[in-house]
Amino acid sequence: MNRKKLQKLTDTLTKNCKHFNKFEVNCLIKLFYDLVGGVERQGLVIGLDRNAFRNILHVTFGMTDDMIMDRVFRGFDKDNDGCVNVLEWIHGLSLFLRGSLEEKMKYCFEVFDLNGDGFISKEEMFHMLKNSLLKQPSEEDPDEGIKDLVEITLKKMDHDHDGKLSFADYELAVREETLLLEAFGPCLPDPKSQMEFEAQVFKDPNEFNDM
Amino acid sequence: MGVALMKLAQWTAAGHGTGTLEITPLNEAVLKEIVMFVESFIYKHPQEAKFVFVEPLEWNTSVAPSAFESGYVVSETTVKSEEVDKNGQPLLFLSVPQIKIRSFGQLSRLLLIAKTGKLKEAQACVEANRDPIVKILGSDYNIMKEDSIALNILGKITRDDDPESEIKMKIAMLLKQLDLYLLNHSLKHISLEISLSPVTVKKDIELLKCFSGKGDQTVLESIEYTSDYEFSNGCRAPPWRQIHGEICYVLVKPHDGETLCITCGAGGVFLNGGKTGDEGDINYERKGSIYKNLVAFLREKSPKFSENMSKQGISFSEDQQKEKDPLGKAPKKEEAAALRKDISGSYKRSLEKNQINFGRNQMTKRWEPSLNWKTTVNYRNKGSAKEIQEDKRTGKLEKQRPSVSHGRAQLLGKSAEKIEEIVSDSSSESEEDEEPPDHRQEASADLPSEYWQIQKLVKYLKGGNQTATVIALCSMRDFNLAQETCQLAIRDVGGLEVLINLLETDEVKCKIGSLKILKEISHNPQIRRNIVDLGGLPIMVNILDSPHKSLKCLAAETIANVAKFKRARRVVRQHGGITKLVALLDCAHDSTKPAQSSLYEARDVEVARCGALALWSCSKSHTNKEAIRKAGGIPLLARLLKTSHENMLIPVVGTLQECASEENYRAAIKAERIIENLVKNLSSENEQLQEHCAMAIYQCAEDKETRDLVRLHGGLKPLASLLNNTDNKERLAAVTGAIWKCSISKENVTKFREYKAIETLVGLLTDQPEEVLVNVVGALGECCQEHENRVIVRKCGGIQPLVNLLVGINQALLVNVTKAVGACAVEPESMMIIDRLDGVRLLWSLLKNPHPDVKASAAWALCPCIENAKDAGEMVRSFVGGLELIVNLLKSDNKEVLASVCAAITNIAKDQENLAVITDHGVVPLLSKLANTNNNKLRHHLAEAISRCCMWGRNRVAFGEHKAVAPLVRYLKSNDTNVHRATAQALYQLSEDADNCITMHENSAVKLLLDMVGSPDQDLQEAAAGCISNIRRLALATEKARYT
Repeated sequence: MNRKKLQKLTDTLTKNCKHFNKFEVNCLIKLFYDLVGGVERQGLVIGLDRNAFRNILHVTFGMTDDMIMDRVFRGFDKDNDGCVNVLEWIHGLSLFLRGSLEEKMKYCFEVFDLNGDGFISKEEMFHMLKNSLLKQPSEEDPDEGIKDLVEITLKKMDHDHDGKLSFADYELAVREETLLLEAFGPCLPDPKSQMEFEAQVFKDPNEFNDM
Repeated sequence: MGVALMKLAQWTAAGHGTGTLEITPLNEAVLKEIVMFVESFIYKHPQEAKFVFVEPLEWNTSVAPSAFESGYVVSETTVKSEEVDKNGQPLLFLSVPQIKIRSFGQLSRLLLIAKTGKLKEAQACVEANRDPIVKILGSDYNIMKEDSIALNILGKITRDDDPESEIKMKIAMLLKQLDLYLLNHSLKHISLEISLSPVTVKKDIELLKCFSGKGDQTVLESIEYTSDYEFSNGCRAPPWRQIHGEICYVLVKPHDGETLCITCGAGGVFLNGGKTGDEGDINYERKGSIYKNLVAFLREKSPKFSENMSKQGISFSEDQQKEKDPLGKAPKKEEAAALRKDISGSYKRSLEKNQINFGRNQMTKRWEPSLNWKTTVNYRNKGSAKEIQEDKRTGKLEKQRPSVSHGRAQLLGKSAEKIEEIVSDSSSESEEDEEPPDHRQEASADLPSEYWQIQKLVKYLKGGNQTATVIALCSMRDFNLAQETCQLAIRDVGGLEVLINLLETDEVKCKIGSLKILKEISHNPQIRRNIVDLGGLPIMVNILDSPHKSLKCLAAETIANVAKFKRARRVVRQHGGITKLVALLDCAHDSTKPAQSSLYEARDVEVARCGALALWSCSKSHTNKEAIRKAGGIPLLARLLKTSHENMLIPVVGTLQECASEENYRAAIKAERIIENLVKNLSSENEQLQEHCAMAIYQCAEDKETRDLVRLHGGLKPLASLLNNTDNKERLAAVTGAIWKCSISKENVTKFREYKAIETLVGLLTDQPEEVLVNVVGALGECCQEHENRVIVRKCGGIQPLVNLLVGINQALLVNVTKAVGACAVEPESMMIIDRLDGVRLLWSLLKNPHPDVKASAAWALCPCIENAKDAGEMVRSFVGGLELIVNLLKSDNKEVLASVCAAITNIAKDQENLAVITDHGVVPLLSKLANTNNNKLRHHLAEAISRCCMWGRNRVAFGEHKAVAPLVRYLKSNDTNVHRATAQALYQLSEDADNCITMHENSAVKLLLDMVGSPDQDLQEAAAGCISNIRRLALATEKARYT
């Protein structure tokens, strides 16, 4: 990609992105094309496919849960075309790194709402929490603990007592206790890897300005 | 044969180290029960009897191989049972003398074979197999281990259905039942046994003493303690023997036999090994059986005793019985009954809820009050548990019975604490520092449902990944963590360990969640201690370095809660916490920068506030104050003081107030212009803030410049106006304290008068707590140095309440009251009131107060009283023994007392008659002895007293004889004009005697006196000149005599 095009892309994206400045956008675009492995191929959709993206989530942001990573991918891939393009990349990272609590709540809720019906049901919770407890050999029913955990979560978050979490329930609970933002699994970068990522990507501005 | 047995075995081991069971009636009974159980096992539970033990029970038997009959393969030295297990191993194998048995059936049979040796076999078996349950059922069943393991067992058993497990389970239950039965049984024993207390023993011995002596009619020839020293708990045995329940040792010489050396212990009376060697060491080993009391013992040992006892016809035993009944038996029984109820109660529940079973029983057993099963290890726990136990039962039992074991436990506890204290640190603080005894959750109380819920959550904390952990943490926060039940429940299910462990992970969210809980529960003093014991503080100190501000905040807040006792404060310091906390204060300066919108972040101001909170807690110890200063905390605190957030200001001012007790700080506070802000915040709305500001001013206002600063910044007016609000006593105490210290400066007093503070202060003389009174009276004492104020105090009726306060016992208060009364007495009119209220007598009686400060202050106060009272001489004489008392105070070694008494004597001696009396009481030699001093204040008043006392009889000569003159001459070299004047006057008086003149001349007084004549002080001039003239006159007279 030539400098002019990059400049133009940067400008457009910067305009649409409230959390990053021009320099940061520039860095991220650069990183994106580094990751994709080339600038442009004729006729092909440029982007990170599911596996490549999951790899990034795992290596860079330390995520491990397969299911959650898939959900994160879907969260990034707004147009549902199976790959994250540069626009979606910038938007997604904007939320990842700089998102406000409101934005993050909305995103997390979407991640946790597996079937997208606007509620996190008991079954969905169970699904997401099923690997969260060490299997106790003495337990009669290995799932009992998980079920119990689901009940505990509901008790804590289900304010209207309808047996499932609406976004309103979720929002209320998170505002009360921020720790519950990622209640059903880590879907945001943890602060440490976030800092490392930022430090690495946004380093040494001079070098990038030369481009 | 479970816990009870193990306890029994352990206890003896602790007592002797040899691992043998002691033959006490109780142990014997327990063994008998075990024997009965085992013997009947084969009939009652034939199926279980065939169960093969995991490991054989082995011991050295005394049953000969020949005793075995049918069913056994017998050789000369070995016996094998025909009964074998699955692998063909015999279930009983004897190879003299060792025997191995692997089933209950064989055990039963062996006991039947052993016949009379049953008990011995059982004992050997128990001694050799400390963990019978483990051997029988396998290590899973070790119920002595952590409850968590125990909890799993039953689950396990129920899961795999093989028949062996079922039998195992059944045996486990049977053993459990036996266990409970044994405990109940032994309790019955204990309850029947009469436990002796130091009081009853003492009474016995004293009674016997009355009936002892030479002659045929007495019961004994002599009875004596071996030691004259009695400990405060009534025992005479050395502490390390008290642990074993021993109260004292007595030497008894009966009419018909050798001297017996007897141990009286809580468990009974027995013959010991007697005195060994010349040093009178006692061989503590028990030599005979145990008797229930001394009289029973002696009846048994000496026929003559019992004969004479009955002859005496005294209702000795009856008396005793009466005494003992309310003291010993009744509560014992009650206690035992209650315990029984507990056990059976918990057992019933255990059947329903198997999970609880193991854990609970273990807890129940922890506090068995067995007096002759000796234990050293867990005395502290037991003692305190018992205390609660007693407290709970309607408090009726409390203090009824001066129980030995109590005393012992306390003794032990105390010494342990003392050790900790010594190791502890150099800090100066003392208040609210005592670490409360560790009360574990009790078994007797019904555990609330929260307990089980919290236990479950802790389980998820332990076994969950970070998502589950966060959920569990959040859910835990929904419990009422301010409630002690929940706090202790978290600890008792092992939650503290997990929470602290979480702090060491990399998971920010887990750390935050954990700290949020720790922050809440650390309000509980016991939890604080546990956190420190578990090493939580160093971890939290490390978190202070974290880049996440909210983590820093939480860690600092938790430290603030935990560091409420000195050991914790020391740990914080030793791990560099003070420096890090001080660094937190620094955050606030860049608060203008927009906070980064990261999720878990707090504001910089908040960080600084939490840092200040933690420093406030830490600043209660001396070394930490120094550390804060060295870390550069003062300028930072000064900067924070300029903010206007109340919740920031309180910890900041609190820290400053704590630290202001240090000289260094007061200087720094002045230098950093902190006073200005303190004064400003006096006018805040927040009472707590006002209180701390006033307190800080109180601490700092010892310094004159600071007092002036307070005035210059207009601090006196808010102080005076705060006096009008008397509801908040803490604040009132702080405010009055500040007023007291400020009123040391005259200018401030004038201001206070303007603000009508003096009237208000007088109003506060009644109905206030002592802390307030001390300060109020102190302030009045300062104010009354001025005439106008004295008039105000009198007119407001302040003298009566002041005099009333003279009868108090608070030392600080007495010092201030005497000073205030003394100040008032300067006014003749006030003096009349004081005299009428008998204030002088009260002051005089304070001369007997043990504390030197009070004595001195009272003596100073007496001076103006005597000076201004009408008919002072008569008044002084009217105090019987008063003059002797005050003369004797000259023997004190406190300089201030001496100076004040000298001043009082100066005033007393103005009356000729009194002077005569004190001369008779030997005032002259006492004063003369004091002459060699370097203390100018004492010199001044001493010289005045000497000069006064010269006015009577041959006192002048007497002072010379007691060598008071030469030191006095040296006083003239002092640099204090008061001393000069008083000395010159004294020398003038003394120079009336020719010998003294010679002494003065020899000590070259003339030169010094000549200098004094040139002084601007007229009195001094006059006295010096008079003295010189006396010396000169003597010289002239001698010359004249020589030439005529």
